[in-house]
Amino acid sequence: MWDFVKLAALAAITLFAAIATNFARDEAYLVHAIIVMLTAGGLFLWQLRRVGEPATVHDPGVYMDDVVRAGVIATAFWGVVGFLVGVVIAFQMAWPELNFTWAQGYLNFGRLRPLHTSAVIFAFGGNALIATSFYVVQRTSAARLWGGNLAWFVFWGYQFFIVLAATGYLLGATQSKEYAEPEWYADWWLVVVWLAYLAVFMGTLIKRREKHIYVANWFYLSFIITVAMLHVVNNVSIPVSIWGSKSVILWAGVQDAMVQWWYGHNAVGFFLTAGFLGMMYYFIPKQAERPVYSYKLSIIHFWALIFLYIWAGPHHLHYTALPDWAQTLGMTFSVMLWMPSWGGMINGLMTLSGAWDKLRTDPIIRMMVVAVGFYGMATFEGPMMSIKTVNALSHYTDWTIGHVHSGALGWNGMITFGALYFLVPRLWQRERLYSLRLVSWHFWLATIGIVLYAAAMWVTGIMEGLMWREVDSQGFLVNSFADTVSAKFPMYVVRGLGGVLFLLGAIIMCYNLWKTVTSVGARQPSAAPVAAQ
Amino acid sequence: MVDPENKTPENKVSPPERQYPDPKKKIVEEPPTTGHVWDGIEEYDNPMPRWWLWTFYITIVWAIIYMILYPAWPLVTKATSGILGYSSRAEVANEIADFEARNEVWFQRLNETEIAALRDDDELERFAVQAGGAVFAAQCSQCHGTGGAGVQAAGYPNLLDDDWLWGGTLEDIHLTVAHGIRNETDPQARFSQMPAFGRDGLLDVDEVDAVVEYVLSLSGQSHDEALAEPGGEIFQMQCAACHGADGAGDHALGAPALNNQVWLYGGDRASIRESIWYSRAGVMPAFDGRLREAEIRAVSVYVHQLGGGE
Repeated sequence: MWDFVKLAALAAITLFAAIATNFARDEAYLVHAIIVMLTAGGLFLWQLRRVGEPATVHDPGVYMDDVVRAGVIATAFWGVVGFLVGVVIAFQMAWPELNFTWAQGYLNFGRLRPLHTSAVIFAFGGNALIATSFYVVQRTSAARLWGGNLAWFVFWGYQFFIVLAATGYLLGATQSKEYAEPEWYADWWLVVVWLAYLAVFMGTLIKRREKHIYVANWFYLSFIITVAMLHVVNNVSIPVSIWGSKSVILWAGVQDAMVQWWYGHNAVGFFLTAGFLGMMYYFIPKQAERPVYSYKLSIIHFWALIFLYIWAGPHHLHYTALPDWAQTLGMTFSVMLWMPSWGGMINGLMTLSGAWDKLRTDPIIRMMVVAVGFYGMATFEGPMMSIKTVNALSHYTDWTIGHVHSGALGWNGMITFGALYFLVPRLWQRERLYSLRLVSWHFWLATIGIVLYAAAMWVTGIMEGLMWREVDSQGFLVNSFADTVSAKFPMYVVRGLGGVLFLLGAIIMCYNLWKTVTSVGARQPSAAPVAAQ
Repeated sequence: MVDPENKTPENKVSPPERQYPDPKKKIVEEPPTTGHVWDGIEEYDNPMPRWWLWTFYITIVWAIIYMILYPAWPLVTKATSGILGYSSRAEVANEIADFEARNEVWFQRLNETEIAALRDDDELERFAVQAGGAVFAAQCSQCHGTGGAGVQAAGYPNLLDDDWLWGGTLEDIHLTVAHGIRNETDPQARFSQMPAFGRDGLLDVDEVDAVVEYVLSLSGQSHDEALAEPGGEIFQMQCAACHGADGAGDHALGAPALNNQVWLYGGDRASIRESIWYSRAGVMPAFDGRLREAEIRAVSVYVHQLGGGE
């Protein structure tokens, strides 16, 4: 019966998409309709051939790790794609000739930039979060993922969202909201996928066999719930036509700006901070084989973090049409956020006390420590930049770009790399990683890359901020905008080189992980039976 | 473990035998855990670091004080305005007022001085160059370049040389800046239109080729003598009305001089041919209304003193 419901639904979707290709009003919508039609049609055939076959039986006594394996592969793949596009647009900034005439409208900076940000944050970061959360919640709940194949739906549904978003950017379908560029139908699809994700995660927590919920899961859960809320509120829009990609956002003017940055800042706060703290709280104690430093600290900094973060968005709109009172709240809550953010850093670093010697021998631990270090640096820099007098200098400059990347490359990138190095031997039942030397190479390439990137952006950001505000004795502007652009050129080249190093490191990681799976001896089957503590 | 501070008689030991805790040993001592274990992960029951807690408290106190001093909490009809009565709009207004007050006298002098005499007073000229430079950086540099060198061969004139399209006196420059060139917004904009001799069939291919050779000869470039001669005759009939019999150009019509090495769209054979065949003309917006009169005067002085002012 259930098979026929699925078949009917897939047939209906295929048919609708076929009709949509005929009525499509723009290129992006047309391409998306074709993608949907082919995907749903293919699934229909696949489902049809399986009708009547006995359903696969899920053994509740075994962890569901194949979806995590798929997530690990997707993370590595989208990571390299995202870094590569980042390197391309970094060099487009340095040499505008790289916006080739023949590729105008597809591969110029304006089209590639959202592709880069979404690829690294949502494709690389999102897959890392989904994969690790599925791994961690099973281990720390001593329970198999809830919902059977629903976890697979989350994985493939999320990849489908990424494909819709990425192709949409290249074809010019965008809401023009930073980090929320995908148009209405992609947004709706993501809501469905995300609710399924929430259901799988919550379901697993509910049927857990441990008495308490481990701290990592608090962070993962807060990330899943908050992102659902942010995504829905920021994307309330009315499609111009059901046959076109364009939609009109319900919010207007400064209220739209405020909703956008409430969303945008908490994408950083909950996607890139809370979610990744969940990763940190599992993988650091596991890799260091040490207990978490302080339970009390983890409780207090968790609640303080999620309570304060949600207020901090207005600091993206200092000295704009946003009323002063909202700017004040955004700034003061950002400053209060400093210590709650650092709570995670302290718990991460102090967990290593007594195991510091491992820094010498274990490049994975080194990666995780540097990740936490960059996390601490970025979460100090953020509150500082939210102070209005500092923001008056830093806003709209490359300093912001440097800040974001010291957090994204240093914290999110490095902790994800550490988690991947931890996961691959365990997920594929290998004795060890293929090469620790290559991990070391990755570590140094990535670290030097980040330092080049961040330092270049600090220098150029502060320089252009000072140049913009420079006035002579009578109060007249000294520099033209083009003066500041040409002054930044050398730093743009350095930034691009930093990106190249970071990308190289990631490629080395992919090779290392590939060889780990293919040419390292198998571990004796301790294959993940659920062990309730 | 022997506590050296413990003064109970049983534990009293004579000074030479007193034992202190081994500092190395102390590190190894494990603090208590919470007793929870997840997948082998335990948690210490350590207290929160004091410095962390106190820094957190201090930021909260600071935030509360800041919220009392500055506008912070939205109420029914308006937000709390804060003890300091701060407003970012008022701050901007003050800065603008300060700027105006500082420069008011100078703007007035710029407006009251004859345009032709703007560079006669050293003090006023210095001010005009300073103010005009800022106007140029913000309004003109996008096309004419930050240094005023224009974009060669793209039709954005170089302002550093002494070859002018519409005249290089202060008054000429002022008129050009105020009303612009060939725009559709200002009825007083400078206007002229060169015919597209080739495209519109005024001359045939051979005739255009001949004129090209003649124009090349005007600026002393290598050219085909045999073609240049008939080309010269066509030039006198078709082109001389604007560009002058000797190719010296005409400021009143914005007709470029053809007898020197300065070219707006390039002086090679192909570029000249394209200019004659299709005709080319640049557009410049009017700044009257966008800038105040004193600023237009100031930027005129700035451009005039760049090197080529007449």
